[in-house]
Amino acid sequence: MALVRLRGQLKRLAGDRAEHALAGATVGDLLRQLERDHPATDGWILDERGEIRRHINVFVNGELRGREFAVGDDDRVDILPAISGG
Amino acid sequence: MTELLVGTRKGLFVLTGEPGEPFEVSARAFAGEPVEYALRDPRSGRMLASVTSAFYGPKLWHSDDPAGDWEQAAGMTLPEGGEAALERIWTIALGESDGVLYAGGDPGVLFESRDGGANWELNRGLWEHPTRPGWQPGGGGLCLHSIATWPGEPDRLAVAISAAGVWLTDDSGATWRQGNDGLIPRYVPEDTPPEEAGLCVHRLHRAPARPDRLFMQFHGGVYRSDDAGETWQDIAAGLPSDFGFPLALDPADPDSAFLIPLAADTDRVTPGGQVRVYETRDAGRSWTPRGSGLPQQHAYLTVLREAFDWRGGGDGLELYFGATSGDVFGTADAGESWSTVATRLPPVLSVAAG
Repeated sequence: MALVRLRGQLKRLAGDRAEHALAGATVGDLLRQLERDHPATDGWILDERGEIRRHINVFVNGELRGREFAVGDDDRVDILPAISGG
Repeated sequence: MTELLVGTRKGLFVLTGEPGEPFEVSARAFAGEPVEYALRDPRSGRMLASVTSAFYGPKLWHSDDPAGDWEQAAGMTLPEGGEAALERIWTIALGESDGVLYAGGDPGVLFESRDGGANWELNRGLWEHPTRPGWQPGGGGLCLHSIATWPGEPDRLAVAISAAGVWLTDDSGATWRQGNDGLIPRYVPEDTPPEEAGLCVHRLHRAPARPDRLFMQFHGGVYRSDDAGETWQDIAAGLPSDFGFPLALDPADPDSAFLIPLAADTDRVTPGGQVRVYETRDAGRSWTPRGSGLPQQHAYLTVLREAFDWRGGGDGLELYFGATSGDVFGTADAGESWSTVATRLPPVLSVAAG
């Protein structure tokens, strides 16, 4: 299973746990699994269309990746707010 | 004691004070987040706040204590797997029936709660309206920003969408029809077909003491309807500009309305550097500027559509408005005299008085 790491508000919504071992073939699969395991995260990372929200970045092993990117058992997935705002 | 819920670019501020005097900041919530709109439901005492996180999207929250914990409301989403996502929750309004609330948002959507704001459901009649594919967004998005209930008749609503015009229902939102006759969009050529024009309503309110009367600030035009929104007549003559966003009423007087005109759509500040509220007491036949106590020199303020509200009525009508400068002003004598309620807040997006 891949290791999904969360911080801040997302961590609190996901049972106040930073690290989650999740099964899935793609980044999108992992995020859907996270929502199933922790319904409070529903709508916070993925919108109703299933798209990753514009100002959320998903890194796989340190590289910025999209929803369709394939992930393996040993991959590390970090979900972080983008550097943006005002 | 009056309570103002002030939504700002950097959180919700709860201001409390005596009318006519400076208010104190009694609580702040959602620090750093844009709070589009917040109100307290006087029936339950519960506060509701619409917050648009730049990262996590729009959410609606409720709490009985603004300084305490807030709970996320459920159901405030569009259908999963579709082509649209909820972009913003612009406004919240009290329904006529006990426990009923409405919320409007982008993309032109209406939600209803029947349990005081904990759970919400999308209004399918408006969402699935056959004309929806032709709706055009205004500069702020396809925002449903105004919800006018009908006192004593919970099945009747008018809503306004920028730039999809006015929509009316008599069956609690099962079916909707347009109410736009008489509106003139000067921002398109005069021969543009009505279905392609895009009707950019900026604000709409119903006169509670005469519910078939509505007032509207349009994108270039001020209008009144005396037939529940079916037809509209221009009442802007006498104003320094017919462009603006906010609108307020005196609930005790159906002939009254208050506007804060801005110079023009290309210069969205108070005209001439003077902050003035324009009052009509004859349903728009004449307008009187009210500026006593407001900045009258080099004051170029922008007041957004939801940043103007009222409390009470008649001679003791309280009016409050906030500007993107972070200033909040108020009157406790129906606009005769004004004073500064708060200053140096973040840019003000909304004001709700209770």
